[in-house]
Amino acid sequence: MMKFTGKGVYGAIAVGKISVYERQGIRVKRIKIEDAEAEIQRFESAKAIALEQLGSIHEKALKEVGEANAQIFEIHMMMVDDEDYNDAIFGMIRTQNVNAEYAVAATAKNFSEMFSSMDDSYMQARAADVEDISNRIIACLTDGHSTNTLSDEKVIICADDLAPSETVSLDKEKILAFATAHGSSNSHTAILARNMNIPAIIGLGADFLNEIKNGTMAIADGFTGEFIIDPDEETLAAYQKKQKAETEKRMLLQELTGKENVTLDGTKINIFANIGSVDNIGAVLLNDAGGIGLFRSEFLYLEKTDYPTEEEQFRVYKKVLESMATKKVIIRTLDIGADKQADYFHLEKEENPALGLRAIRLCLERPEIFKTQLRALYRASVYGNLGIMFPMVTSVSELEEILALCDEVKNELDAEKLPYSNLELGVMIETPAAAIISDKLAPMVDFFSVGTNDLTQYTLACDRQNPHIERFCNTHHEAILRLIEMSAKNAHANGAWIGICGELAADTALTETFLRMGIDELSVSPSFVLKVRDAVRKIDLTRPEPVC
Amino acid sequence: MKTFDYTIKDEVGIHARPAGLLAKTAQKYESQITITKGENTVSCTRLLALMGLGVKCGDTVTVTVNGNDEDAAAAAVKTFLESNL
Repeated sequence: MMKFTGKGVYGAIAVGKISVYERQGIRVKRIKIEDAEAEIQRFESAKAIALEQLGSIHEKALKEVGEANAQIFEIHMMMVDDEDYNDAIFGMIRTQNVNAEYAVAATAKNFSEMFSSMDDSYMQARAADVEDISNRIIACLTDGHSTNTLSDEKVIICADDLAPSETVSLDKEKILAFATAHGSSNSHTAILARNMNIPAIIGLGADFLNEIKNGTMAIADGFTGEFIIDPDEETLAAYQKKQKAETEKRMLLQELTGKENVTLDGTKINIFANIGSVDNIGAVLLNDAGGIGLFRSEFLYLEKTDYPTEEEQFRVYKKVLESMATKKVIIRTLDIGADKQADYFHLEKEENPALGLRAIRLCLERPEIFKTQLRALYRASVYGNLGIMFPMVTSVSELEEILALCDEVKNELDAEKLPYSNLELGVMIETPAAAIISDKLAPMVDFFSVGTNDLTQYTLACDRQNPHIERFCNTHHEAILRLIEMSAKNAHANGAWIGICGELAADTALTETFLRMGIDELSVSPSFVLKVRDAVRKIDLTRPEPVC
Repeated sequence: MKTFDYTIKDEVGIHARPAGLLAKTAQKYESQITITKGENTVSCTRLLALMGLGVKCGDTVTVTVNGNDEDAAAAAVKTFLESNL
């Protein structure tokens, strides 16, 4: 048994035999030629065949991976036709009297080196595209079509690296997984594998190539990036179990995607997703969440060495809203302080940071930072269905201050003739104080969102990070449930809606309790959306409430 | 001759897909269309050269259009940049 670790680019598990991907006719010799124009003719004919092949690969990709991902092959066709590329090849054939194969290979090397030397990982990855098209032309020149005939059995394709065209050309029906020694997650191959729903692991390292043999059993775990060659029985059994669980989950996904979040008696609830960065939007859409119930805006600040500008923030918010189309997106304003720190804020060290200058308190202490964020949010509001919520509010006067700042921002934008939409404003219920005065807060906002993690910590006086008090930190404590119920009643009495965005929202033991309280929305990690939907669809509220 | 500046807003800069589309757009016109970043100027119809410029988010490039249909070409390139980059 041998284990290699790379980077998984598509989360799924494959168990099966290895097939080593072989290329043919790529070794190019430099040959002196007599008739340069005849050699150019050879190149032109090979180019025509290459273009034709790319055309059919493009067609295949259109069907298998969709237009956006198939576009790379159109780009490849344009590269083959590129003036500079062609001029370089003609020049080399004419001035050095070399064979077309050599001229193509040498030109490919120059262009791919140009890309490799650029200080941008995206552009560096483009070197592979130039090499891909050039190898195709060389194959056409030497008639060495890269025909990898696969056996009828499904296999795990192992290679040093796979060019995008090679990836798409392979028969999807016969592939369990891709595993490569090199490659970047930015490569089109990685993107294509992701869209073909095939587990793929890249960057397994050069040593991996010495160990792969046709027909050997292997396991590819696209979640962890682990590749196990010749697994022992125990490992094999463990992975087969993991694979089975994964398949069941995927079935659930297929079965529940597109279904409504409705109980047996017809009560509906929204199930949204919590995310912490733009990168998670894919997972939100994949898991069929109805919207984003909590977008943590902190990452914009934590990733930086200085305050993010209004423009930077605006672009990120706009992107999220556009990606979610008309679905609701609730962005929580900056929740920094306590355990989340950024050096440039120069926050003083506190004795008790959980009860210190954090979240909305920090924003109200430093309104210039807060207003930058609000301006960016309001400006982005025209691109989708935005809601803004404020964390850690404990009093009516704080909320008044916040709303006054929102009005100030709107007036500024009006004066600058910058557009904004009507958006929903909400308060997070994450302190006992907010829940207790929720009757006063509700008329001032459009919605509440209960942050159960902090609400639990503050209500039970329990630090959730402290393992010694775990048994005192009962997340189902009646006090917490009463505070949530009280907030729900007060929200509804004042025409506001209420959601839950903490960890408790994904706790399916409480889903029925929340439905009975009339909670309008549950926001959970993307991977829990369908699990909660499944729970909701099994509940019947007309039956007597189970006694806890 | 027409010339204008444009600041790239796309996160990845002039990457493969928009470079390809830009080259296609430029090929529709008779005018010579070039794009300049710093000291380097390349023809917009040349895909590899365009990508090789390494234009990133926040970079300002100068577009120069010269020829019979320069008004239409400049407008088309400008619209393309605004909606794609």
